[in-house]
Amino acid sequence: MSRRIAPVLAERSDDPRRAINLTVNGEAVTRDVSTRLLLSDFLRHDLRLTGTHVGCEHGVCGCCTVLIDGHSARSCLTLAVQADGSAIRTIESVAADDGTLHPVQRAFKECHALQCGFCTPGFVMSIVSHFEEAGTLDLSEDGVREMLSGNLCRCTGYQNIVAAVRRAAELMGRGGKG
Amino acid sequence: MKPPLFDYVRAETVDEAVAARAAHEYSAVLAGGQSLLPTLNFRLARPDALIDIGRIKALQGTAIDGDEIVIRAMARQREVEYDEAIFAANPLIRETLGNVAHAVIRNRGTVVGSIAHADASAELPALLLATGGAVIARGPKGERRIEANAFFKFHMTTSLAADEIAVAVCIPRLPPGTGYAFLEFARRHGDYALAGVCALLTMGAGGRVASARLAACGIGSRAVRLVAAEAALNGQKPDAASFAAAAKAARDAVTASDDRQASIAFRKHLLEHIVGRALGMAHGRAGKPFAS
Ligand SMILES: Cc1cc2nc3c(=O)[nH]c(=O)nc-3n(C[C@H](O)[C@H](O)[C@H](O)COP(=O)(O)OP(=O)(O)OC[C@H]3O[C@@H](n4cnc5c(N)ncnc54)[C@H](O)[C@@H]3O)c2cc1C
Ligand code: FES
Ligand code: FES
Repeated sequence: MSRRIAPVLAERSDDPRRAINLTVNGEAVTRDVSTRLLLSDFLRHDLRLTGTHVGCEHGVCGCCTVLIDGHSARSCLTLAVQADGSAIRTIESVAADDGTLHPVQRAFKECHALQCGFCTPGFVMSIVSHFEEAGTLDLSEDGVREMLSGNLCRCTGYQNIVAAVRRAAELMGRGGKG
Repeated sequence: MKPPLFDYVRAETVDEAVAARAAHEYSAVLAGGQSLLPTLNFRLARPDALIDIGRIKALQGTAIDGDEIVIRAMARQREVEYDEAIFAANPLIRETLGNVAHAVIRNRGTVVGSIAHADASAELPALLLATGGAVIARGPKGERRIEANAFFKFHMTTSLAADEIAVAVCIPRLPPGTGYAFLEFARRHGDYALAGVCALLTMGAGGRVASARLAACGIGSRAVRLVAAEAALNGQKPDAASFAAAAKAARDAVTASDDRQASIAFRKHLLEHIVGRALGMAHGRAGKPFAS
């Protein structure tokens, strides 16, 4: 973290703003936002998509994970203005419109891979992005644990989340080594 | 917490970004944001302006230019990791990147951003030192090339001036047959290393080591070349005895003080161990085609 001593800056009360255009879960959105607004807060407060959770706000816990242009990303480490022009997917888009769960969500339910559920949206988004991006999935114990290494869960002890990843792969007909 | 107030400049060209840097007393370049945003969220930094270089076309992507791999400022770590042409030219890059943070962070974080950030425990500065790479900086007076050994000054301190932008890093192609390895010890995959090492071995006449290049991270105030270990190898037979001597010689490079993660004695032990193992791996790969 920066050890530079901050110079004395003029106190400022202005809050620079900027217009952004993006799609969120397939819907076009135009908003005027403060340039310092985090994408996580934009989703939760401005769009009321509160499925994206906020834990640590420094990239460590993973519960704010969303997909930006198809790649998983921390919404707490992205400014809303940086997402201008992008396509964002959040946990709200994962289940089908009629409520049918995505195979990853179904596997979490079947394997009891959540308790309080605070971390779950982030895990699901990370796993969905891995499944979409990876050619061959590494379903070995190490491979799955590495896949999950960017997400923290304080309840489950991870065993059941590892099991859910394998179950989801099975449900989706995605074999893999391991 | 939330970021402090700042002016936000979205630069469309490198010239615009350089001009914005000169126009603000205390600006910060925003690349992938994976180190800058945490410091803003915790208000450890209060720049008066963020200069977002994310959309500058000339800073996207990578190129192979003769004997050098050019990684431009906005090339994401994940993109570089998966690039087959880069792997074929220098497989140590992929091996090292696999240890930087988690996939989700590498999706956004840039190679150049990590090097400009210069965390003492970060893997990529050690890669740049071991491979003998360089940083290309652009400022109001034009462009200059800063060799890796003159770039890293201290934890999070580089020789980049406050009005400069790093536009690219250049990493040499590895001559075919070079032995290579990256190894680190971290408490959890994706964490910063308690100690990490890049090793390159070039074999010469009579089956002896023609040149060894080693650099480590996590062991002091910045990434460092392990010169004593290199000296212990050059001209020697690549065997258990010379590797053990080199690994032992590396111990003195540890200058980090005891911290809550590791004592000095433990770090020395880790470094000795991973240097020995990395040399074995590098030697096993020497003389063979690069393959994953
Ligand atoms: C949970 C987590 C775990 C991590 N683990 C690791 C790890 O194990 N190892 C590791 O090495 N890193 C780790 N990181 C840091 C990560 O690799 C960052 O992506 C990287 O350090 C910075 O790249 P960036 O593009 O995101 O830069 P930014 O965050 O945008 O910038 C970082 C700093 O460099 C400056 N900067 C960036 N680009 C330029 C440029 N072109 N010219 C001049 N200055 C520039 C910025 O002003 C800022 O001061 C981790 C981060 C997180 C959140
Ligand atoms: S809130 Fe974003 S990683 Fe913890
Ligand atoms: S289920 Fe409670 S934190 Fe993961």
